[in-house]
Amino acid sequence: MKKEKIVITVLGVNKSGVVANVTSVLAKYNCSIQDMNQTIIDDLFAMILIVDITDLNMDFAAFKEKIEGKGEEIGVKIFIQHENVFRMMHRI
Amino acid sequence: MFLTAEEILQTISMVSVENFDVRTTTLGISLRDCRGVDADATAKKIYDKICFRAEKLISCANIIEAKYGLPIVNKRASVTPIAVIGDGFDKDGMIKLAIAMDKAAETVGINYIGGFSALVQKGATVGDLALIEAIPEALNITQRVCSSVNVASTKAGINLDMIYKMAKQIKKTAELTADRGSIGCAKLVVFANAVEDNPFIAGAFHGISEPEVVLNVGISGPGVVRHVLEKNGKGLNIGDLAELIKKTAFKITRMGQLVGQEVSELMGVPFGIVDISLAPTPAIGDSVANILELMGLEMCGTDGTTFALAILNDAVKKGGVMATQRVGGLSGAFIPVSEDEGMIKAVECGALSLERLQCMTCVCSVGLDMIAIPGDTSVETIAGIIADEMAIGVINTKTTAARLIPVIGKGVGEKVCYGGLLGDAPIMAVGKYSCAEIIKRGGRVPAPINSLKN
Repeated sequence: MKKEKIVITVLGVNKSGVVANVTSVLAKYNCSIQDMNQTIIDDLFAMILIVDITDLNMDFAAFKEKIEGKGEEIGVKIFIQHENVFRMMHRI
Repeated sequence: MFLTAEEILQTISMVSVENFDVRTTTLGISLRDCRGVDADATAKKIYDKICFRAEKLISCANIIEAKYGLPIVNKRASVTPIAVIGDGFDKDGMIKLAIAMDKAAETVGINYIGGFSALVQKGATVGDLALIEAIPEALNITQRVCSSVNVASTKAGINLDMIYKMAKQIKKTAELTADRGSIGCAKLVVFANAVEDNPFIAGAFHGISEPEVVLNVGISGPGVVRHVLEKNGKGLNIGDLAELIKKTAFKITRMGQLVGQEVSELMGVPFGIVDISLAPTPAIGDSVANILELMGLEMCGTDGTTFALAILNDAVKKGGVMATQRVGGLSGAFIPVSEDEGMIKAVECGALSLERLQCMTCVCSVGLDMIAIPGDTSVETIAGIIADEMAIGVINTKTTAARLIPVIGKGVGEKVCYGGLLGDAPIMAVGKYSCAEIIKRGGRVPAPINSLKN
């Protein structure tokens, strides 16, 4: 089966527990983290995760809501987009 | 990581800060099999077919919107020109068909449906005339129906009789909808060289040579281009500036291609084209006028505006063509006054006039779009403005259009507010002297010569 990958971008002020909070949600819904990158841009904490959601155990829209909700809960902004957006935009 | 953090963050910032979206996914639906024995039977078939074909449009678009985190602002439909389907019916019959379109659009949840249209550049049939006769009332009693009439083409010339007729209908539509700022006219377009696969309302219709059903996409993106110019455009020479716009247009259009591909696959309909027009919205910063100003104009509409617009339009096309499989529709920069906050400002401070706008339409699509003029403008003057615009399209072998709103009860210096995507329109001054004699001559202008290009 073709792998379905999404890009999760977490933006916010740097504080403890962000990584743990986000990754625990991913584990709960059967997502596998393929790659992870963390950087500080203009005093902003930016974490980028490439996540395989092939075996996701719930509806994608509901999953998206859960993750975005978690972001609100811990005070960071979380963006979820299918990897194709980035492939199409930045690679020919 | 297959992408750099910088690339990912750039995309995120385009969506979250720079108003980046896909402007429209428009489903073209053929109604050629919808003819019934009378207008009522035809109306029922039209209603059923639109509902059947467009049933999944909203839900499929919403799924793709969520998957890619890209807003798709409008989901709309266009149909075969109604004059073709309803030929032989009278005015009342045509109005019944418009009501069927309106109800179907409401049922499937789309805000506008295009195709209450006729193509009369060479001449009108009985059905064409009945449809044109029905336009003011149809636009008055329906909410979602949009109408367009093609009155000129490079191959056929310009039909002056029809221009005069349309000017009268524009005035009538304005009067009928006077209590709502003459909004009927915002849903009515007069075209030269109309295209069959245009996804943008109000001028969209599903052309005769189009398939049974097809999904076309319109991109947006003035906000993104503006942001890039703001950030990286300072001090560049004009060639490098064009290059920067071109690269940005590639990225914007790429998203249109992706969304079109996926929505059409999910719906099980063929993907038609991507229309690579920069389409502004009234949102602050999502303005074509702002881009022109960032290119180096103090105010949009001043000297050099046509020059800047030509560069912008050409660069957008070059980037867009590379990014998509098939380009179509209108594909040029849109310069609607009421829908572009920068244009509104330019008109209000006197920098942008009707004459300059006309000049700008020589180098970009799509013509005089959403132009509010005084409510007491004579029918002949409206016809004259349309005729000028048609001449530009016909001679330059390009699409041009006129969407003029004579706002009843208002004059120059006043403003009409529609809200939403239609925005606010300051009333613009029209010529002081009469053109009635040339308009009243009537007849048809022969097709122009296509060599000796000077």
